[in-house]
Amino acid sequence: MREPEKEGMKEAAKNSTERSEFFDIRDKLRDALPPVEQLENGAELRRDLWPDMLRRLEHSPVRVPWFDWALLAISGAAAIFFPALIPALVYHL
Amino acid sequence: MELLQRFAAGDLDAFESLFGQHQRDVYRWIVRIVRDPAAAEDLTVETFWRMHKGHAGFHPEANFAAWLRRIATNVALDHLRRRRPYVELPDEIAAEQKPDSAVQEQTRVALRKAFAELPPRLRVVAQLGLVEDETYPEIAEALGISAGAAKTRMFRAVRLLRKKLQRLGVHS
Repeated sequence: MREPEKEGMKEAAKNSTERSEFFDIRDKLRDALPPVEQLENGAELRRDLWPDMLRRLEHSPVRVPWFDWALLAISGAAAIFFPALIPALVYHL
Repeated sequence: MELLQRFAAGDLDAFESLFGQHQRDVYRWIVRIVRDPAAAEDLTVETFWRMHKGHAGFHPEANFAAWLRRIATNVALDHLRRRRPYVELPDEIAAEQKPDSAVQEQTRVALRKAFAELPPRLRVVAQLGLVEDETYPEIAEALGISAGAAKTRMFRAVRLLRKKLQRLGVHS
């Protein structure tokens, strides 16, 4: 048998071993962890989650974007170091 | 205006309609990954919360179901990462007991342990592909990776499972 053919057969044997190991693991895994749909009440939602969603929406903290905090810090610093700017800042509010 | 356009504009009624239409599908997808009904309910709400927060970034012409499934997959993955490496499955969803030999039961326990110890990004691929029989393109789309990458992760998961089983004294 020529060398490339030998290599090809080796590769095919390796692939076939890997494939059989793959299916063996898959079958064992399905035995240990059956698909959720095969289990009683496993896959179906048993209640409407909208009330939970509403609670989540109502209790969500209001997030202030970082640039708003930056603007506030700059305005505060300007008011401390340049008090003369306060009337101008107040005018623009 | 179309429902998806209204949702993208921040309309809460549109969000509620989409929630009603998709909550069952999202739950079904998440429970297949995390295998815990109570956690899956919380994670479904978390998915829609992230969807709501990301409304401005959604393009109404895009595939909404695929976008939502990707968010759900990421939420489920985050949950797997946060959870302890090995936890027993909740009773109601653990494998049904079969009148088998003690050896087979030992193999099942070892396999569940080995599976729970897989890194979450490999575990989610193995769960969807090996247990739930999803195709590589579907897994890839849900994870935002290529089908080739999904296949690679699957084979890494199988190899790792085999090694872990050998270490636990179970021969595959």
